[in-house]
Amino acid sequence: MTTQERPPKLIGEPIKRREDPRLITGQGSYVDDLQPLGTLHLVIVRSPYAHARVTGIDVSAARNAPGVVAVLTPDDVQQSTEPVPVAAQLEGMHMPLRHALTGGVVKFVGEPVVAIVAEDRYLAADAAELVEVEYEELPAVIDPEQALEGGPLVHDDLGTNLCVVSPIGDAEAAARAVEGAEVVIKQRLMNQRLIPNPIEPRAVLAHYEPGPGTLTVWSSTQIPHLLKTLLSACARVPEQLVRVVAPDVGGGFGCKLNVYPEEILAALASRRLERPVKFVETRQENYVATIHGRDLIGHVELGAKRDGTIVGYRIKIIADIGAYQHLLTAAIPTLTALMLQGVYKIPALSGEIVEVFTNKTPTDAYRGAGRPEATYYLERCMDLLAAELGMDPVELRRKNFIGASEFPFDTQTGLVYDSGDYEAALDKALAIVDYDDFRKEQTRLQEEGRYLGVGFSTYVEICGVGPSSALPAGGWEAGTVRVERTGKVTVLTGVSPHGQGEETSFAQIAAERLGVGIEDVTVIHGDTAQVSAGIGTFGSRSLAVGGTALVMSLDKIEAKAKRFAAHAMEVQADDLEFEAGQVYVKDAPEKTISLPEIATLAYNAVDLPPDTEPGLEATSYYEPGNFTFPFGTHVAVVEVDTESGVIDLQRFISVDDCGNIINPLIVEGQIHGGLAQGIAQALYEEAVYDANGQLLSGSLMDYAVPRADQLPSFELATTVTPTGVNPLGAKGVGEAGTIGSTPAIVNAVVDALSPLGVQHIEMMLRPERVLDAIQTAKGGAR
Amino acid sequence: MPEISVTVNGVKHQEEVEPRLLLVHLLRERLRLTGTHVGCDTSQCGACTIVLDGKSVKSCTVLAVQADGSELLTIEGLGKDGLHPVQQGFWDQHGLQCGYCTPGMIMAAYQLLQDDSDPSEEAIRHGLRGNLCRCTGYQNIVRAVQQAARTTS
Repeated sequence: MTTQERPPKLIGEPIKRREDPRLITGQGSYVDDLQPLGTLHLVIVRSPYAHARVTGIDVSAARNAPGVVAVLTPDDVQQSTEPVPVAAQLEGMHMPLRHALTGGVVKFVGEPVVAIVAEDRYLAADAAELVEVEYEELPAVIDPEQALEGGPLVHDDLGTNLCVVSPIGDAEAAARAVEGAEVVIKQRLMNQRLIPNPIEPRAVLAHYEPGPGTLTVWSSTQIPHLLKTLLSACARVPEQLVRVVAPDVGGGFGCKLNVYPEEILAALASRRLERPVKFVETRQENYVATIHGRDLIGHVELGAKRDGTIVGYRIKIIADIGAYQHLLTAAIPTLTALMLQGVYKIPALSGEIVEVFTNKTPTDAYRGAGRPEATYYLERCMDLLAAELGMDPVELRRKNFIGASEFPFDTQTGLVYDSGDYEAALDKALAIVDYDDFRKEQTRLQEEGRYLGVGFSTYVEICGVGPSSALPAGGWEAGTVRVERTGKVTVLTGVSPHGQGEETSFAQIAAERLGVGIEDVTVIHGDTAQVSAGIGTFGSRSLAVGGTALVMSLDKIEAKAKRFAAHAMEVQADDLEFEAGQVYVKDAPEKTISLPEIATLAYNAVDLPPDTEPGLEATSYYEPGNFTFPFGTHVAVVEVDTESGVIDLQRFISVDDCGNIINPLIVEGQIHGGLAQGIAQALYEEAVYDANGQLLSGSLMDYAVPRADQLPSFELATTVTPTGVNPLGAKGVGEAGTIGSTPAIVNAVVDALSPLGVQHIEMMLRPERVLDAIQTAKGGAR
Repeated sequence: MPEISVTVNGVKHQEEVEPRLLLVHLLRERLRLTGTHVGCDTSQCGACTIVLDGKSVKSCTVLAVQADGSELLTIEGLGKDGLHPVQQGFWDQHGLQCGYCTPGMIMAAYQLLQDDSDPSEEAIRHGLRGNLCRCTGYQNIVRAVQQAARTTS
């Protein structure tokens, strides 16, 4: 083939997203946009108490209210459905189950008690007001440390608030190393509770059709295939009769990686009423009834030599998981445990993860899911150690890095890091921030009474989730490529993008490999009736795992196309090359046959090669041999007003290495969004409960999702260290921003205030806490 | 029930509405203009932003009866004759990911540029502070609005 014939290169190019034309013109299709004829609306009556015994439920007025079609009560639902599913089950774990509606004792504010189904959403809300539930309030336990020390019991029958304890590493070795160290840093570090806040709240529309006996469920979900399996069990409809569709989904960030009571209730109601039933969460409901994230207290001890060499690290983590486990709740803190070692050589390490029930909303996966916590603990420790030793935090990190030549690297937690070059990312970040100059400027401004600080975070995360042995429902992914009769291409993938742009990036891969225009490729996802199997989108896995399944299918298409070509051209398949949509004879490249011609041969099937089936379609399941381990360096530059406690984030530099990049535009967007969430954890966001278990930060008025004027423009750069785990060499990028950024901010603020004696401030860094820290450091309470 | 008359994207509609019906529900459920989204219940997120008589408003906080006699512009009307420069900017600059906040964000940006055709970055960030985006970190939204300002002025 000549270069003129070669179609344009697509992989690695900043192709504009093919999702966007529909989304920028209002033609997207989110669950609440669907309005099948006869749709009913479901509204939930929720517990206003964190802990209370339900002593009476009177739904008679609600049943008789205008437009009400059905009222579901706990007794009824408990007999008609299976409990809300919990997939992550750890050894020795207590697993109290709940049904979609709770009767006996409610255990967090927002727990569903009664469901109303009515002709429209206004009438359903009116009827919900008429439901009378009598409660006998019980003492609530809100503080996880109190919960462990004999506070009120969340689940009476367990006799304890302890859910599970999971050890990791070599506790004896770590104890010896830390206790014998020349320098030991000890600190309690809070990684506070966050609320995911996708701008589209949860929504579900269930439609049972009695003729065929099918249940179709449109859900704002990240996991349509898992939801199909689990919902079929919960709602007692045979799995092969359930179809789940994730249409356009307005953000997930982990909180839609779940099965929720309302999905079960909508399915049950539709089955009973034989009409479509829709539930759309209000934002206020989203705050209390959708999972929260993080909420881990870490008691860290880092031991080192005087020269800065780390000798040991141990941590006790208390994870406040709320009142119940959700789908993956208990597994999330174990991801923190797995990533404790970070980017450093640590000869002895151990962790104890204590998961505790409290009367709060359950926690589960929120963007980063366990890794931001691990990074926060270790990266704060590094700065505390640097301060203690009087060492530059950059040099301390450099001294302890796992070297670029040491990969694959076995961690103390049992992982094998695939590839990395941590110094390269650090050096790039240092050059961008102009570190030496900044330090001079910092000193100069300090003389004027201005407090600037720079903070570093060098991180590694675990992505490409993951080997099936590490996941409760399999970590593989599936993908199909179908070359249609006309040579057009349909890609079907089991990942379920909700903003990540795989309709574009997967089309780039398929179009380049098959030598067709990107407009000739359509990527289909999120519909279990079209895509035969899949796991979903989470854990920065779509490209690394789902993309690999696609590549495997493209390989199969290529091999089969060669068989057809060889037969037609009367040569051996081994003598052929497949390149960019043309099959040609190696020794006679002028002899070619095109993909559409091969498709015609494959589907007309009048002269099949031996042992070859008609058609040109291939499906692959990819089981990853390992996780992938993206990494990078984040740097924050801040100025702190010591009078007001207000922090001005002046610069944020993010150097990330996610391996090979398919679409740099999408990668940049993923980093931006992750940074916004990670920076917001440090500066703006915190779920606050009062002593009775009421969520004080229970609306967008009280919980500060950052706005456009609260964030700077970020400075991004990349290094590229491909992974050998998959043929794309891609590692994943969806969560990196949240993982590296948070400690960089806190480190910068502490750096700014270190001349005043400040050593640590707990997140979120609201002005009041900053001022308190300054006052305490000065040796007096404010 | 009161009868109201509204012109939406140049088309006049007469509708009988309950006094409590929110404008966003009139648009979405009666007129089937589902491009305008609902993201909260406290007028914080701006997903429901439309232009009402030359002002950007949050249509979840306007009663349908209050819009009687008004001219409304929604996302569906903005790009009737090909993409509007603001829409083009969002596409070119990767100013959206999940797309849920996008129609409201575009309508707010459209009205921002009507009021100030050459806004500074600070003015754009300030002007869009009524609209939340959880995906993009706003940087590419700012670029999108800057591109739109360049191509319209």
